[in-house]
Amino acid sequence: MSRIKKAFENKKAFIGFLTAGDPTLEKTEEFVLEMERAGASLIELGVPFSDPIADGPVIQAANIRSLSAGCTTDKIFETVASLRKKTEIPLVFLAYLNTLYKYGYEAFCKRCQDCGVDGVIIPDMPFEEKEELVPIASQYGVDIITMVAPTSKERIKMIAKDATGFIYVVSSMGVTGARSEITTDVAEIVEIIRSVTKTPTAVGFGINTKEQVHKYSSIADGAIIGSAIVKIVAQYGEKSGAKLYDYVSEMADALTK
Amino acid sequence: MSAGRFGKHGGQYIPETLMNEIHSLEAAYERYKNDAEFVAELDKLNREYAGRPSLLYYAEKMTKALKGAKIYFKREDLNHTGSHKINNVLGQVLLAKKMGKTRVIAETGAGQHGVATATAAALLDMECEIFMGKEDTVRQALNVYRMELLGAKVHPVESGTKTLKDAVNACMGEWTARVNDTLYVLGSVMGPHPFPTIVRDFQSIISKESRAQILEMEGRLPDVVMACVGGGSNAIGSFYEFIEDKDVRLIGCEAAGHGVDTDKTAATMAVGTEGVFHGMKSYFCQNEYGQIAPVYSISAGLDYPGVGPEHAYLKDIGRAEYVPVTDEEAVRAFEYIAREEGIIAAIESSHAVAHLMKIAPEMRKDQIIICTLSGRGDKDVAAIARYRGIDLHE
Repeated sequence: MSRIKKAFENKKAFIGFLTAGDPTLEKTEEFVLEMERAGASLIELGVPFSDPIADGPVIQAANIRSLSAGCTTDKIFETVASLRKKTEIPLVFLAYLNTLYKYGYEAFCKRCQDCGVDGVIIPDMPFEEKEELVPIASQYGVDIITMVAPTSKERIKMIAKDATGFIYVVSSMGVTGARSEITTDVAEIVEIIRSVTKTPTAVGFGINTKEQVHKYSSIADGAIIGSAIVKIVAQYGEKSGAKLYDYVSEMADALTK
Repeated sequence: MSAGRFGKHGGQYIPETLMNEIHSLEAAYERYKNDAEFVAELDKLNREYAGRPSLLYYAEKMTKALKGAKIYFKREDLNHTGSHKINNVLGQVLLAKKMGKTRVIAETGAGQHGVATATAAALLDMECEIFMGKEDTVRQALNVYRMELLGAKVHPVESGTKTLKDAVNACMGEWTARVNDTLYVLGSVMGPHPFPTIVRDFQSIISKESRAQILEMEGRLPDVVMACVGGGSNAIGSFYEFIEDKDVRLIGCEAAGHGVDTDKTAATMAVGTEGVFHGMKSYFCQNEYGQIAPVYSISAGLDYPGVGPEHAYLKDIGRAEYVPVTDEEAVRAFEYIAREEGIIAAIESSHAVAHLMKIAPEMRKDQIIICTLSGRGDKDVAAIARYRGIDLHE
């Protein structure tokens, strides 16, 4: 069974996001382990990109901090390889397609397999374009994790049928970032997904409180927090470890049991 | 693979949130592009509002001075709002209206596309918001006020390099946040399908006219058709009706900034590599890890790290050639055409004029060049003065 499948097996999953290399890759390694200790079931590592079009100001700023500190795709792979000696927590990348395209799809997927990256979420690769990558990724055992949006409507079933790993349910319109209120009918989307697949669902975009984690983990199979975690790193930098542990513990405890 | 390919380039590399919206734009465009009423309305706007057809002007003095090919300028600078951008925005804003949208958003670099969009929005009663890099709002402050006069709200974009690519990022983000009542009026032949096709179709009026005009004036086709290339909308519009005329050389002139061997350049065809960005597969200025490069040109309108996918394809198949032109060459051309022909051309268009000045003397006197002047240069006067070390106060 894949590490991602195990993360959702008979339990709800809390997924935490970090921008890799923010503020340094050594710290990313430490933060991943802290978040695991605090109860995270899966970690999403953002591969920094110069122009993250699907991200809001918080994650944009983290991308700039990481790139300015000299983070590269190769160095992130090395960090993951090092982490894999210490943990079996599932690790997925969030990467813009150009990162993979420029590296070479085959070379990228092979490095994922070698280093222990379980999946990749690509916010600018919709269903219609995935055929150029998915056959290569599956050859190397890498799940390409697809997104379903509030506007997906009749596309939901088509996307869900082909999904691997888990399905990322985008709960809000616009770019990433904390929101006080989410108006999308997530329950309806999850119901449609479940009518065609057993692939688990996790809800993200805008989630930042334990009430939201509780609500969405009862509707779906997991909840994702990104910007709120990255904000802690922005504020406390290298000293974020303990703060991340506290925040993630609180959020993971709020999961529906 | 999605629709909208030019060879391997193009496609629809955008967030899932936009997919249904982009499909409805495709459907609406397919429905209206041949709709008699839509075509008639757009034709009327082009003639009675934008001032089309634009002149094809024989530059007799420059022809004599350069002692080579006969030089014709396609005068897009004489259009209402002062550039070719109006051709596209009238089409797209009219399309938005037919789709039942009440609000348009657009990115802008130099401000030409922003001004044109704000103009069309004012005329056709649409709400309008423009995203412009903070850096560009300073370089082109007059255009910001111009857009505000036209009733648009201008958002200075503070992220990244604070220029055109960041304005596109912000505009795409805004579109994913609000698709129901809003159409993103893209300013160039770039972005996800169907934008490169829609914008090319609306801009191809340039070559539709110039082909007929040159046949009327000279009784034959030109030897060279040339234009400046940023994203590439005036160039594709200038080339399009000549693509099947295999004897017509098509030349796109890119902004080399300080030179293609420096890091202060925006010459994508010269220094770029294949990538996927801003919704399309094409050539981009980027590093070995695919990080998009900060690009530079004296011209805010050519200051873009990519190029439209159809240009990438025309380059791949060898149908069009692309040449880099430096800031210094463009400024000299700006000054030359002003003194020689009494035309203050945009600094963008001056890149094409600079290359024309290189090739015209090497051509025979019975050969013909059509060079598109994509816009007028009033907006650039202060910047050119600064470049020459002159301190201007308005």
